Amino acid sequence: MNTAMQAELLRRAREEGLVDVAYTTLDGPLGTLLLASTDKGLVRVAFANESEDEVLQELSDKLSPRVLESPARLETVRRELTEYLEGSRQEFDLPLDWRLVRSDFTRRVLEATERIPYGATSTYRDVADAAGNVRAVRAAGSALGSNPIPVVVPCHRVLRTGGDLGGYGGTLPRKVFLLDLEAGRPHLV
Amino acid sequence: MISRAGGGERLNGVKLPPFQSLLSDHGADIHRMLRAMVGPNDADDCWQETFLSALRAYPGLTSAENLRGWLMTIAHRKALDAHRARKRRPVPVSDPPERAAAEAPGNEPELWTAVRRLPVKQRTAVTLRFAGDLSYIQIGEIIGCSEAAARQNVRAGLAGVRREWVR
Repeated sequence: MNTAMQAELLRRAREEGLVDVAYTTLDGPLGTLLLASTDKGLVRVAFANESEDEVLQELSDKLSPRVLESPARLETVRRELTEYLEGSRQEFDLPLDWRLVRSDFTRRVLEATERIPYGATSTYRDVADAAGNVRAVRAAGSALGSNPIPVVVPCHRVLRTGGDLGGYGGTLPRKVFLLDLEAGRPHLV
Repeated sequence: MISRAGGGERLNGVKLPPFQSLLSDHGADIHRMLRAMVGPNDADDCWQETFLSALRAYPGLTSAENLRGWLMTIAHRKALDAHRARKRRPVPVSDPPERAAAEAPGNEPELWTAVRRLPVKQRTAVTLRFAGDLSYIQIGEIIGCSEAAARQNVRAGLAGVRREWVR
């Protein structure tokens, strides 16, 4: 078995529509990102603080066990993320698959988050309000914490009222990095 | 993690590993087994067919136990198909040149060439035992015989190889 054989298998599997979940990794200033797509769009972005095995198992359980490494299927995602992390892109033009979002409220919170412009920030209270329940501040925080598509769905732009950073699923240094990047502040890695 | 995600949760409740891990965990062994069974020329094709068939059937599996045995069963079937196809088509060269066997599994290519000359059941049993590292029960399940018969096939196969080997 060699890589050429694996590539040929992947080609035939794609031709037959047998790759339900394609994934790849991308190295950059945030560490290694695991990226996964379905035929509907980008479904998962995971930071290295989550174990790759567990993330892939989650995709297998919740979407389909036909999970295959397929960098070619994620070429656009890789390119847009790379440009974004270099500071040369402010918006993503990627179809998203929301199937890993765990509830309707979470979906509304994440959609409100998507509307926060590059370089701006919002608060947990505001996104809770936009999602239809101004008092569900803590639930909004937990919804953001469960964001399956961080960076692209910019939950890092949501802070506590008063400017405190709040939390981040990818750990706070990454949140700080992204906020600095969007504010045009130099960032020491 | 709470999972009432919209659809997608597997209906039969079987927790299957992502298919990529089957490739990484067993891909090389399956290839080694196929080389031993059909020779280096057909092994690549058989390997493709094996994993494509597996990928097609994978979501419908009702058990995640012994995925290795499941893959070997499919590979065994593909190897038999290849044998049948080879018998049907005219063969311009009688056998793949012995050179190619230099890439055969293990460090003793001639040994595996001798294995390929065994009758099908013995060849399969020996291959599954030594290239596939399967138990006699598992080998019996794949070639369709009892554990004792599987053991007997391996023993007879080894005797055959030994005869060829000392010749």
